[in-house]
Amino acid sequence: MSDERDARQRIRESGTAGAAAVGSGVLLDEGVETAAALARGAPIRSQTRLILRRFVAHRVAVAALIVLMLITALAIFINVVSPYESNPIPLTPEILGDARHGPTGDHLFGTDRLGRDMFTRVFVGLQKSLQIGLGVAVVSVLLGVAVGALAGYYRGWIDTILMRITDLVLVVPALAVLVILAANPEPSFFGLFDFPPATEVPGMIIVISVLGWMPMARIVRGEFLSLREKEFVDAARAAGATGPRIIVRHLLPNTVGPIIVFGTLEVGLAILLEATLSFLGLGIQLPQISLGNLVAEAEGTVGTDLAYLIIFPGLTLFLVVLCVNFIGDGLRDAIDPRSVR
Amino acid sequence: MLKYVLRRVLASIPVLLLASVLVFVLVREFGPDPAVSRCQNSRQILVCRERARVALGLNDSLPEQYVRFMGDFVQGDWGQSQRTDQAVAERIENSLWETSQLAFWGVLVSVVLAVAIGSYSARKPYSKADGMFTGFAFAGLSMPTFWFGLLTIHYLAAELQQLLGTTEPIFYSIPNPIGGGPVEYARELTLPVLVLSVQLVAGWSRYQRSSMLDELHNDYIRTARAKGLSERRVVWKHGLRNSLGPLVTVIALDFGGLFGGLIITERVFSRDGMGSLLVDSAIHGDTQVLIPWMLVTGAIIIVFNLLADVLYGVLDPRIRVS
Repeated sequence: MSDERDARQRIRESGTAGAAAVGSGVLLDEGVETAAALARGAPIRSQTRLILRRFVAHRVAVAALIVLMLITALAIFINVVSPYESNPIPLTPEILGDARHGPTGDHLFGTDRLGRDMFTRVFVGLQKSLQIGLGVAVVSVLLGVAVGALAGYYRGWIDTILMRITDLVLVVPALAVLVILAANPEPSFFGLFDFPPATEVPGMIIVISVLGWMPMARIVRGEFLSLREKEFVDAARAAGATGPRIIVRHLLPNTVGPIIVFGTLEVGLAILLEATLSFLGLGIQLPQISLGNLVAEAEGTVGTDLAYLIIFPGLTLFLVVLCVNFIGDGLRDAIDPRSVR
Repeated sequence: MLKYVLRRVLASIPVLLLASVLVFVLVREFGPDPAVSRCQNSRQILVCRERARVALGLNDSLPEQYVRFMGDFVQGDWGQSQRTDQAVAERIENSLWETSQLAFWGVLVSVVLAVAIGSYSARKPYSKADGMFTGFAFAGLSMPTFWFGLLTIHYLAAELQQLLGTTEPIFYSIPNPIGGGPVEYARELTLPVLVLSVQLVAGWSRYQRSSMLDELHNDYIRTARAKGLSERRVVWKHGLRNSLGPLVTVIALDFGGLFGGLIITERVFSRDGMGSLLVDSAIHGDTQVLIPWMLVTGAIIIVFNLLADVLYGVLDPRIRVS
């Protein structure tokens, strides 16, 4: 067992070309660099540190990360930060009197037709977006990794079924499937057990994850198919490691890169899909706030002075997804230096 | 070549059949329940639902329902919409025509822009313009379509009209309110095509960039330069020609997807296409429409898939051999 670990660590740290599953090219240079550092007796740079360093060098991604963290913090603490309520009940005359104010210092995003502060409403809606984005990413990654790992390592019928299903799914428009799923007010699994409808956060997570896990499964399967033929897997098998152990200890750590990148991008995609479904009236319903139903509620103001009611929720959504995509891109470059942009 | 095409056509029949099973189970088991939405305003909900279930044959087992439905479907009897009593085949035909126009113009505009932008970026990678186009592509892919659509209506229809002080907007935000003619047609399609193109160009231009970049690094390009061909000839005749293969495949696939994928654009611009038909039917639990809808869009995607393969074979004869 210690042999395996030794071998893996040596491969990771020296980064000798071809031996490590991760990368050639740039990695090779850094491998040489590391070897030189080793010779000097300098501290060894781990793979994680190298990735981190490359990520930090990606200016746009770092800026996106900072912006996203600020926005997230604001969304989490909006109840503390904002003096207004997102859904004031009752609507007092003072609140109603404040209606239809364009953006001012008091109300950064203005107020809606009932005098409610849009800034507060947007960030409360963003809470849901972020919950759903993270939820979908976690579910899709877990499910996708499990299926992809089994299919890629054991091949056999799991692999056949997975590939057939994903082939078939390519034939139907994805958003259409989500629309049909989300339109069911009382979803159940063949009458065996019920699950929450898409009008609630957990239901929405389930609906979006239904198709979300498949690309992940395909990616992991592909990685596993090539990794399982590598010498270090043979070595582990010869040392008596069982299938599950090889999957968890040897193959998965080498697949972490693509998984993280996929998970990040999935957050952005899920946030967009949730907003889209809610905009169509198939997702989160008012008075529960989502960025999608905020825009749908204000759709009639298009072309009028009240159009800021559309602009700000959408802009926030756009900014968040843009940040997530930039971070995903930065991570991809950092983890897999071969992918030249 | 003909044999190749024929083989591919035959191979896609079982795919379509399997997809029909999948779609049937998806809509019947996981989609909206037609009996529920039909009885929303009924006083005796349970009685009403039971009656609706019997009338629609929903109490039979799924395989029975599937066989009955497919039997009628294959014979050309697509049934009637539960909500409007209109023939489903007719509705889908009309919607398909609406959607095709939008998809056609959107793809046409996007192809030209994407190839131009992608090739330019590949010629001068990491230049200022390339950086700008990269930013543009990221923005395009991160943009919520519904929001961008409403913004174009706000700025390019309403605000622009105010700015110019005209009595009617230059670009319409709804289909053809006034009448025929190519000018009216263009005024009505400009905004939806713009919204659609931004997304398509964002994806395709990146694709073309990397494909062309790969191509320009090939040995034969160096050979062409070495034998003294003009730079223009090397890049546009050799490089561009060979870089188009992968892009054509992606375009064909995305094109096919548009017939069932213009859900938001059609909704925002109030166009009665396939997307609007889907959302309407889903919200009202009109499964009579949903299942044929899915089958038709699925068949279109398969056809475009096939087209992609054939085109790739034409552009790159090496593929046909294998």
